[in-house]
Amino acid sequence: MNEGSNGYLLEATDVSKQYGAVVALRSASLQVRPGEVHALMGANGAGKSTLVKILTGGVRPDSGVIRVRGAERKVHSPAEARRGGLVSVYQEPALIPDLDIGSNLRLTKTPIEPFRHWIHALGMDDLDQTRMARDLPLASLRIIDLARALAIEPDVLMLDEITAALPADLTESVLEVVNGLRGGERSTVFISHRMTEIASVCDRATVLREGKTVGVVDVGDNRSADRIVELMLGEIADDVAEMAEHPASSHREESERPRLEMRNLAADARLRDVSLEVHPGEVVGVVALEGQGQDELFDILSGSERRAAGELLVNGQQVDFRHPADAIRKGIVFVPADRAEALLMQRPVRDNIALPFSAPLRRWGHIRARQERPKVDNAIDRLQIDIRAQREVRFLSGGNQQKVTIARWVATGLETMLCFDPTRGIDIRTKHQIYPLLRELAASGAAVLLYTSELSEIQLACDRAIVIFGGKVVAEIAASDADETTLLRAAHNLSSDAPLPEEVVAVSVSDDSGAGDGGTSRQ
Amino acid sequence: MTTTLDTPTKSTGSPGVTLSLLVRRNTWTLGLVGILALLLVITRMIQPNYGPAGIQGLAISVLPLALAAVAQTCAVLARGIDLSIGSMMALTSVVSATLMEERSEGFAVVVVIGVLVLGLALGAINGALIVFTRVPDIVVTLAMLFVWAGAALLVLNTPGGGSAAWLRRLTLGPVFIDWVPKAAVLLAVVVAVFWIPIRRSRLGLSLYAVGSDPLAAFRSGVSVTGTKIFSYVLAGLFSALGGLSLTATTGIGTPVPGPYTLMSVAAVVLGGVSLAGGTGGVLGPVIAVVILSLLRTDMTFLNVDTNLATVVQGLILVGVVMVGSLIQMRRRET
Repeated sequence: MNEGSNGYLLEATDVSKQYGAVVALRSASLQVRPGEVHALMGANGAGKSTLVKILTGGVRPDSGVIRVRGAERKVHSPAEARRGGLVSVYQEPALIPDLDIGSNLRLTKTPIEPFRHWIHALGMDDLDQTRMARDLPLASLRIIDLARALAIEPDVLMLDEITAALPADLTESVLEVVNGLRGGERSTVFISHRMTEIASVCDRATVLREGKTVGVVDVGDNRSADRIVELMLGEIADDVAEMAEHPASSHREESERPRLEMRNLAADARLRDVSLEVHPGEVVGVVALEGQGQDELFDILSGSERRAAGELLVNGQQVDFRHPADAIRKGIVFVPADRAEALLMQRPVRDNIALPFSAPLRRWGHIRARQERPKVDNAIDRLQIDIRAQREVRFLSGGNQQKVTIARWVATGLETMLCFDPTRGIDIRTKHQIYPLLRELAASGAAVLLYTSELSEIQLACDRAIVIFGGKVVAEIAASDADETTLLRAAHNLSSDAPLPEEVVAVSVSDDSGAGDGGTSRQ
Repeated sequence: MTTTLDTPTKSTGSPGVTLSLLVRRNTWTLGLVGILALLLVITRMIQPNYGPAGIQGLAISVLPLALAAVAQTCAVLARGIDLSIGSMMALTSVVSATLMEERSEGFAVVVVIGVLVLGLALGAINGALIVFTRVPDIVVTLAMLFVWAGAALLVLNTPGGGSAAWLRRLTLGPVFIDWVPKAAVLLAVVVAVFWIPIRRSRLGLSLYAVGSDPLAAFRSGVSVTGTKIFSYVLAGLFSALGGLSLTATTGIGTPVPGPYTLMSVAAVVLGGVSLAGGTGGVLGPVIAVVILSLLRTDMTFLNVDTNLATVVQGLILVGVVMVGSLIQMRRRET
């Protein structure tokens, strides 16, 4: 096989892409050697996904050269890229919801035997091909999508955040499979935010920052992770390091009446009995494995779901929310993990932030733009939202979108903020802007309830953490003691001395995938 | 450590499992069959002498409507909608009637083939306009509704023309026994001949894929633009078949479009095809057409005022779709 003069299997040089006034890629380059697993790193909005989409024909670049085995290629569609040996597994599985798995495989002309082989290798047995893709949990769809791509045996396989939203055991088998791809003729481009994954399966890493390739790092030596973070963050790296050394301190004043008080709250089968007080000035973390009732808890508090039993008090007053508007009137605002649930994607940033002012139609007539402008500007400044050219929200990166969601409530004024995994899929840089913001809100008298799937966030942002297991509060841990191991044990409802057996992890994980079939509201 | 995909049924092709799968996938259609059977019993009760003649008339009135419904299904499956179906039927009908008038039986064969090609072309124009101008489907086909209707009046400004005798014989009268009308058999054959091969091909799969999730389809390597055009070409083809059936059953060409477009949308909805695309098939809408026509007949038997009958028909449409959706939601939750 002729691999061109320089020996790269895939080579992208000076690729750029602009969406209107927003520059997604300035000059990105990527060189992948045959047989390597190559990490593509960068903060959210750095342009990783755009680069992958360009390489696999999903998006057309404005300029730049793409070479495969030394020969220049122009791909106009995923179908064409696939024929040329470039296949991507995107963040959203490319399976047709209304077709069963068998038809989905036929649609992409997937060879069935290799597919079965990879499905087993990825740790998923008993795949019923007559199931509709719509009825399967996200984790299964991702595995199927990956197995389908592997079965085609592409020259370059691109995995965009493949391990996000996967339970621990599947993540492990995915990493094993990716590791097994090393050393052959073919290459893999691996995108992930998780540094440990990069360290365990990747040979080299290309780092993007603000649409530019800023460096290529040989993974392997001890300094590589630091080097990657340095490149990703640029000048703010020092601040982040400083942040991490100062865990949140408590501002709580015991004498005050709780802002939010839950007494034996219950709903459906998932949420059984939760009692909790959240005081003004504190950030309370909620830790739970998937599907332990935290979704229902946040839905009840934000007014999207009715409680079945128990009491809810705001500032000492009994409340009964029938609609999110009721909760908002009581100063309780909700920041969901999925930005699309909170934002008007096709409206500009400004409109999104101003929406809560204009939503209560107390008086008819036009919206008073002059009144809202200073508030909106203030919120944008405070959150350092990148509002290049006042574009529609859908053109912003995930991190910036989440900032808009928070900013609208900052602009409106809030008493209690409910954050449900607000940093999901957000890069380190933005995350480290969100934690101080939550602290700041608390310092100015707000009560914050933060559910997070990243246990390391608890010590960075919270005063204390409560742990929910099986719909009940099973532990309360002060931030100073809330290291990841302690939290993980508590989340599995284990006493602090007991070992953490792997079977327990597996059981809880398979519970999740079973529960996912029921079609909960936040899938 | 393995995560299993829990399912009681495994994908081994045992007959019992396949049957239960068929039932599970086609509950809506089976429900419609049930409603139809019930309606036939009711018809027989209010009009004891409803027999072969009644069925015969029903089949003839259903034929063009059913073909329109199938045409609409093709567009809707790929997340489109075709408002020009009635006009395309009128245009193809007058073209065929004009060309066949006082010509030989053999020449009529050429005309039929030519009109089908015309249907393909009309559909292709609709589809290409939608894909290349990026104007929404509903706007383009609304515009083309006027264009094709105008063209039909240009061809023939009053009802007229003629039909070959063999074409007429294809639709009129029974097959073998009095209870089986030729029109019904013709409908079944035509739909089977065109639809089944499509449904089984990768093209048919693409139709569902594009309707279900265009982005995922694109990323799966499906040509979204091509599939979209194809769906309108199919709609054009079935509209042409519908136009020919009008000529055949009436013996003349009528340039003013009948109520076929909106009835086809109603049949599609009642037939269990999601207007959001990607789900359903052609059988449901065809049965829905029979149900809607039979309802009309029953109300005539009962001496219900025609205007009131239209109101009732609309209410039944909403009611059935609402109840059906509720039942489906319930089933999903359990």
